[in-house]
Amino acid sequence: MRDVTYLRPRTLSEAVQLYRTTPGCRPLAGGTDLMVMLHARTLRPEPRGGAVLDLWSLAELKGVRRHGDMLEIGAAEPYTGIIGSTEAEQHLPALVAAARTIGAAQIQNRGTLGGNLANASPAGDTLPVLLAYDAVVVTDRRAIPIDRFFTGYRKTALESDELITAVRFPIGRQVAFRKVGTRAAQAISKVVMAVSLAPARIAIGSVAELPIRATRAEAALARGDTAAAVAAVAADIRPIDDVRSTAAYRRAVTQNVLRELLDALTRR
Amino acid sequence: MRFTLNGRPVSFEGAGSRRLLDVLREDLHQTGTKEGCGEGECGACSVLIDGEVVNSCLVAAGQVEGCDVTTVEGLATNGGLSPLQRAFIERGAAQCGICTPGMLLAAHVLLQRMRRPSADDVREGLAGNLCRCTGYTKIIEAVLSCAT
Repeated sequence: MRDVTYLRPRTLSEAVQLYRTTPGCRPLAGGTDLMVMLHARTLRPEPRGGAVLDLWSLAELKGVRRHGDMLEIGAAEPYTGIIGSTEAEQHLPALVAAARTIGAAQIQNRGTLGGNLANASPAGDTLPVLLAYDAVVVTDRRAIPIDRFFTGYRKTALESDELITAVRFPIGRQVAFRKVGTRAAQAISKVVMAVSLAPARIAIGSVAELPIRATRAEAALARGDTAAAVAAVAADIRPIDDVRSTAAYRRAVTQNVLRELLDALTRR
Repeated sequence: MRFTLNGRPVSFEGAGSRRLLDVLREDLHQTGTKEGCGEGECGACSVLIDGEVVNSCLVAAGQVEGCDVTTVEGLATNGGLSPLQRAFIERGAAQCGICTPGMLLAAHVLLQRMRRPSADDVREGLAGNLCRCTGYTKIIEAVLSCAT
């Protein structure tokens, strides 16, 4: 990693400028994904050597604040900050619940929503929550609705020189969250799900090549037919066998977790 | 680049994209911080940055410029072990020792935040630190014995 240039802009506008003018540069926040890839050399910034653009300490990318009738969370605000935010606890309890399941203290102190989005892993734990809340990804130039953000396996709608600055969430939506992993902490999800009754949103991670909305199940839920939603979700997902689980297990658990979350929401 | 390590100003040369773990061990010769998995799973390389526990294998060294970094070498004061370190020895909470520096730092932060943690609080506070030798019982007992 000695040959990777380290760039530390002092302001967001400097970061935007540097990102635009440095070919092959990779944005760096808490490093929980990128530093692993750089060290293992599964990712080599190009041209030779390349550069990382450190966004971690930019004040513009920190904080949890009201933005009109939305709650806005800075792209580089660590999960610990979200967990400790009274506004997030009050308005986005499902996001706080998801943040608490990510890694443990060491990862929660460094992991960020911007990083989870940019990394775009199908197993990203906050991503189904963002889908269930109809969150909006704010960049240096536009606002991208979350249902148009993921475009394929680890692919996003971001332009090559576009930086995520914040995520906005509507206030007042009831969302239930559940993650299933090998253990409570330090686990990568086998199935991770966030559900809202009104509007009908069923968002699931680790069951396809990208985080998905289960549209057939949502249509059944919108009609008020929760049993049909549980049956339909099997056709919405495309799980695979891999090191963490099997397709058959993921299919069974997806239906069980959906049933559990729908029960929890209808009893509220 | 400059930062504060265990209360003393230090500096290092080279790319800020290097891992903080490597700068600590190779440049600054503070080898108490261990490398386990190198991918943020095991917590062996835990250090404190401005009082918060992080995995130093995931931190670009440039990111600690101007910060206070604490490693296990910084827990002892005036040449004497901290009460937490003594408790680990007295209660047999270390075997091979690779996880111990990280366990100590995570537990140190926990005890600063919670003066009387429950066993579950300790388990959660140390959930990011894996031990492959002793099991966790003696480690949890050692931390609980330091509750004030």
